[in-house]
Amino acid sequence: MAPAIQISGVSKRFRLYHEKYQSLKERVIHAGRVPYEDFWALRDVSFEIEQGETFGLVGHNGSGKSTLLKCIAGILRPTSGEIRTRGRLAAMLELGSGFHPDLTGRENVYMNASILGFPEREIDAKFDDIVAFAEVEEFIDQQVKHYSSGMYLRLGFAVAVHLDPDILLIDEVLAVGDEAFQRKCLDRVHQFQREGRTIVMVTHSADTVRQVCDRAAVLDHGELITVAEPGETIRVLRERLFPGEALPESADGELPGFAAAEGVEGVEGDETPPPLDPSRDQARLRNLLARILDVSLEYPGSTERPYLEAGDPLIIRVSFKATVELDDFVAGIAIHDDEWRHLFGTNTHLLGMDFGTVSGRGAIEFRIDSVPFLDGTYHLTIGLTNSPDTLIYDWWEGKIQFEVMNPSRDVGTVRVPVAVTMETELEPARARKRRRLSAS
Amino acid sequence: MTTLSEPTDARVIGSRLGLREQVGQIWAYRHLLLRMVRKELKVKYKNSFLGFFWSMLNPALYLVVFWLVFQVLLQAGIPNFPIYLLSGLLAWNVFSTGLSSAAVSITMNGALVSKVYFPREILPLASVGAALVHFFLQSVVLLAALVAFRYDVSFAHALAIPPALVSLLLLTSGLAIFLAAANVYLRDTQHLVELGLLAWFWMTPIVYQQQIIASRLDGKSWEWVQWLNPMTSVVLVFQRGIFNVVSTANSGSSVRPIADTPGAVLRILPSGMDAGWYLAHIGAVALVGIVILILALAFFGRVAGNLAEEI
Repeated sequence: MAPAIQISGVSKRFRLYHEKYQSLKERVIHAGRVPYEDFWALRDVSFEIEQGETFGLVGHNGSGKSTLLKCIAGILRPTSGEIRTRGRLAAMLELGSGFHPDLTGRENVYMNASILGFPEREIDAKFDDIVAFAEVEEFIDQQVKHYSSGMYLRLGFAVAVHLDPDILLIDEVLAVGDEAFQRKCLDRVHQFQREGRTIVMVTHSADTVRQVCDRAAVLDHGELITVAEPGETIRVLRERLFPGEALPESADGELPGFAAAEGVEGVEGDETPPPLDPSRDQARLRNLLARILDVSLEYPGSTERPYLEAGDPLIIRVSFKATVELDDFVAGIAIHDDEWRHLFGTNTHLLGMDFGTVSGRGAIEFRIDSVPFLDGTYHLTIGLTNSPDTLIYDWWEGKIQFEVMNPSRDVGTVRVPVAVTMETELEPARARKRRRLSAS
Repeated sequence: MTTLSEPTDARVIGSRLGLREQVGQIWAYRHLLLRMVRKELKVKYKNSFLGFFWSMLNPALYLVVFWLVFQVLLQAGIPNFPIYLLSGLLAWNVFSTGLSSAAVSITMNGALVSKVYFPREILPLASVGAALVHFFLQSVVLLAALVAFRYDVSFAHALAIPPALVSLLLLTSGLAIFLAAANVYLRDTQHLVELGLLAWFWMTPIVYQQQIIASRLDGKSWEWVQWLNPMTSVVLVFQRGIFNVVSTANSGSSVRPIADTPGAVLRILPSGMDAGWYLAHIGAVALVGIVILILALAFFGRVAGNLAEEI
């Protein structure tokens, strides 16, 4: 099958004028010597995106990822090179961007669909679905300037996803809207994936890449660094984002980012830059005398939900296989937040447990009675080591995440139960006075 | 599960846009063009009490003012002046409102242009389309006047009106596309357009009669310069078909600063010319229009890839 998108040798140059002379007077005054600099937003980028693939474009700000998406959409044209796309294409670079505030929701749905290049009869057939998806039934004949921003976004998204594009281009739109809407969007993206449509999304969230994408391309300063599986992409991205700050390899084999036996682990606070995905370093040190076979998470307090709420219990079950007899077997867990700050770590040695001799298959359970974290995605690291922490048997990092939602209005990372009482001088005094007045 | 459409021919996005591709894209997005025209009209008169009457009021006001100035004060002496004026003014208004709204069509829709792909030529073309709709609305006023006065139009010459309208649209579209793109790079364009249109209006025989220019240039070697203004040809066709008075006994007073006819005859339109003569002129305008349109599309194709960035 021919690839859905072929990008061959695409470069894009922007001419940055030091000052933008847009009026005739300024042009005349600076005739012929308007200072400018050439800025290459993309340099000779080539790769292919297969049909049915969900593809991420990642990179830091200014990497050219959004420029590339705009070129694929046809909004910008490459300075050289070309892009071939096969199939109908819908781009969502900004939800509801075609909306006119003075037109009604109904008129805008038709308008938006026309802008995306879809014929009216197709919209007629899907109109009710679009309105139902956007949950704006009562307001559809009102001017959209009276819409809330949420309604605006929902309607924009609804139009784009109901028109059966073969290729859907998304630029960070999943990052807007409330949680419920985001989940709805994500569901729709999954449906598109099942239906074999091609999705290209620009994102800088490692989470999105890991959860949604089949492959991703990393761009840096307009150059294509790699096209790879999500895990590899994120590793490369972190490396590019924080160059020269690779984790030091401790001489004594102490494992950074993990609860060390002595508890003298270096400060992992804000001043430490987020480390590279350390899996490489630990992975290299693994000797695999014991192997992690599987790690499963159980949410006993929330069997219905795919996420935890702050305060819920969490069970981490690790099944492993020791290939030889090990008499100093330690299993540990560590939790990092999305910026790879080390939030918590412990191991069976620190917890004062000794398993004696371990061999063959086994399973170990970590029970956390109350997960103290607020919103976010948390990364779970599992390590099997010996008790002086000098050998690593196996190490899983960056493979397991869990989500925590925060039903309360607390902010921050950690939930701290708080009780409040109040006493004042003034209030009782006034009350006494009032009582006296009413008595007299 | 919805079936995916068959993999069609690849769409190629290269550094430049070929003319054929441009035209193909505009055609593929023709429903958007209609939507845009409707939007432009709807938005223009949304929340206004008189709505579409405004577009009819515009020529009515012109009519009153020009009638006062030229017929009453200057005693130009054109019979049925309202019909003479409207027949030319309506054609002019397509050109004028089309161009002035097209000039800002891309800059005003910056959010759209930078976020969504569609052939950007659609925006200036929609301005021309909206001007055409106004033309038909204003024609209602003219038709009502013709019927009310049981006015005799020249059906033989009126046959040249549809081709004249087509060539007017070609000319207007070409200039509209050019101006819309130019305004992105040079914002003075929109102001220059307003001034240029004002001058152009008075260079075109709409309020006065073409024969004034013709008689001044009569016998001179550079007589042809008057035909450099394509709008003269367009306007003449409308006037000949609808107004249908080539010359008339001069009933004006002795003070005739504009009506310079020495004898008793006030000449208004070229005399003795059949429909073929008018069609030839229209053909020339159409040719000019097509050349401008092709040049404008070529210019647009060169800059279209950067419009989203330059806005």
